[in-house]
Amino acid sequence: MELFLQLTLTGLTNGAILALAALGFVLIYKASDVINFAQGEFLLIGAYLIYAMVVQFGLHWTLGMVITLLIAILLGVLIERLILRPMIGEPLISVIMVTIGLSSLLRAVVSTIWGNLPQAFPSFIPTQAVQILGAKVGADRLWAIGIAMLMLLVFNLFFSKSKEGIAMRAVADDQTAALSMGISVSHIFAWAWALAAVSAAIAGALVANIVGVGPELSNFGLRVFPVVILGGLDSIPGAIIGGIIIGLLEAYTGGYIGQGLNQVLPFIILILILMIRPYGLFGKEIIERV
Amino acid sequence: MISGIYYTSYEQDMALRKTPAQRIRLAILILLLLSFPFFASRYYLTLANQIGIAVIGAIGLNILVGYTGQISLGQGAFMAVGAYTAGILTAHYGVPWWASIPVAALFTALVGTFFGLPSLRLKGLYLAIATLAAQVIILWIVTHWKAVTGGVEALVVPTPKLFGVKMNTDFNFYWVIWGTAVLITIMTVNLFRTHYGRAFVAIRDQDIAASVMGIDLFRYKLLAFAISSFVVGLAGALLAHYRTIVNWERFTMDVSVTYLAMIIIGGLGSVTGSYLGAAFMTLLPALITNLGRAMKASFPAIEGLIPFIQLAIFGLVIIIFLIFESEGLNKIWKDIKDYFRLWPFSY
Repeated sequence: MELFLQLTLTGLTNGAILALAALGFVLIYKASDVINFAQGEFLLIGAYLIYAMVVQFGLHWTLGMVITLLIAILLGVLIERLILRPMIGEPLISVIMVTIGLSSLLRAVVSTIWGNLPQAFPSFIPTQAVQILGAKVGADRLWAIGIAMLMLLVFNLFFSKSKEGIAMRAVADDQTAALSMGISVSHIFAWAWALAAVSAAIAGALVANIVGVGPELSNFGLRVFPVVILGGLDSIPGAIIGGIIIGLLEAYTGGYIGQGLNQVLPFIILILILMIRPYGLFGKEIIERV
Repeated sequence: MISGIYYTSYEQDMALRKTPAQRIRLAILILLLLSFPFFASRYYLTLANQIGIAVIGAIGLNILVGYTGQISLGQGAFMAVGAYTAGILTAHYGVPWWASIPVAALFTALVGTFFGLPSLRLKGLYLAIATLAAQVIILWIVTHWKAVTGGVEALVVPTPKLFGVKMNTDFNFYWVIWGTAVLITIMTVNLFRTHYGRAFVAIRDQDIAASVMGIDLFRYKLLAFAISSFVVGLAGALLAHYRTIVNWERFTMDVSVTYLAMIIIGGLGSVTGSYLGAAFMTLLPALITNLGRAMKASFPAIEGLIPFIQLAIFGLVIIIFLIFESEGLNKIWKDIKDYFRLWPFSY
């Protein structure tokens, strides 16, 4: 029972972080139909930026976080403007490959600046163990769940209340109709990339606090695929629930079965979901016409 | 005055080499291929062999991605299947190396067809993600099925010998690799003159329209997966016997991405493009390494940065090609030819 609780809490934390990483992925796909293979690198950059701010420049973590987020916004907008905008109307494979190229480039830049070795990270969120129903869990993990939930709530409010959020949903629904209503689609794309970079940077900072920074953080880019396919590529609630389900499954298989099965199980689920219900739990079914 | 190439008969249109210039270029290329190992140094011979294997792999991927329009991110894993099958057959079961290569290719075709099954329901993006999952799952099996593959430890393959001659020297294996490459080239070029190849292209252009025209989508998509992974498996098997060591790290997701980059930079749906892309993506890292070493004297710090510079330029090259010349090197090569053919009135 204690193990079960322990695994559940670990799974929820990992799930929350996965959900945050997946959120950016879904935002971009929803607004512009682009699959972002560089999402993991966004997370990596977020983690290294906060590392640089707190450790290398010695800033307080709140200030460091603000600067990190500003840089993330700038990066997202720049990438959209310089790399993704020329890809509008290009075939799918070009769009996929351009984000893959981008991921190599970003990874190389990060490794050039910060090297290739994992770095310990002085936790800015308290890490002492907390007892919950007999299971011990680091306070930072609880914080991670809390922050992730808060972020998801904020994003949800953004989409339901703010003008930009509603405009984004309009663009996702029908670009031509949105254009004719006076919405600037290119601004919305920039918004989507900026928000994706922000959510990835926050996820990166959370991961960095729990496990430290290192180049292998970019693996999150691959790990979000089962999450978004399970939840539905264009669904924000799907990203959250998908993230939590995958996080829990990974923790349970890792804890009870082991043998590294937790690395591959999400991808087996991914294939099963694709075979049974390709649009995921909450995604919109697309009917194609010639 | 020539204004373009026009055909006056069906035979002309179907010919593989349509103009005298094309025949001359082919003859020069063949001469170059035949004479290259006799004057090249060992370093360049190794590069040529790497390019040869890359050419086979790139053609295999291009059959699936470029000609049939089924995006695959599982290239690395399919090469791993070919390499491990060939390696295990020779190392554990004593199958002669030359016999293990076709068997490995056939087995890869089987595995590729299995992972092509989702293409019945999925296309485009979703299929790409399914093949990504195939990559992760296959590589996981390779690294965890210790009894057969040796897990994360490298699998050592016995030295290939033919009539008592060691074959895994660069000079001897050159003929094996490039012989296979030429065979595969002839097969592929001809494949797309048959109704199978045309069905593949029809599926790429508009799959629903193709099925309305009477093309059995499921059958032809699976066939494309089978043929493509056969060729890819061949590349993997050759790699196993050439290196005589099989290591899972040579077949990661990065390999899949590199091969996709080859066919995109070379030109999708083009055999010439596969050659150009394979050569470009093999020579580029080698060039960067050499440049880096040459600059070591003036910038000592550069040596440690070489892998990162390679990665950065790799990403940059993909982005630049996609933004400025999405049809790849093959298009540039065509433009150059057109320029000279139509000179001085090339508009």
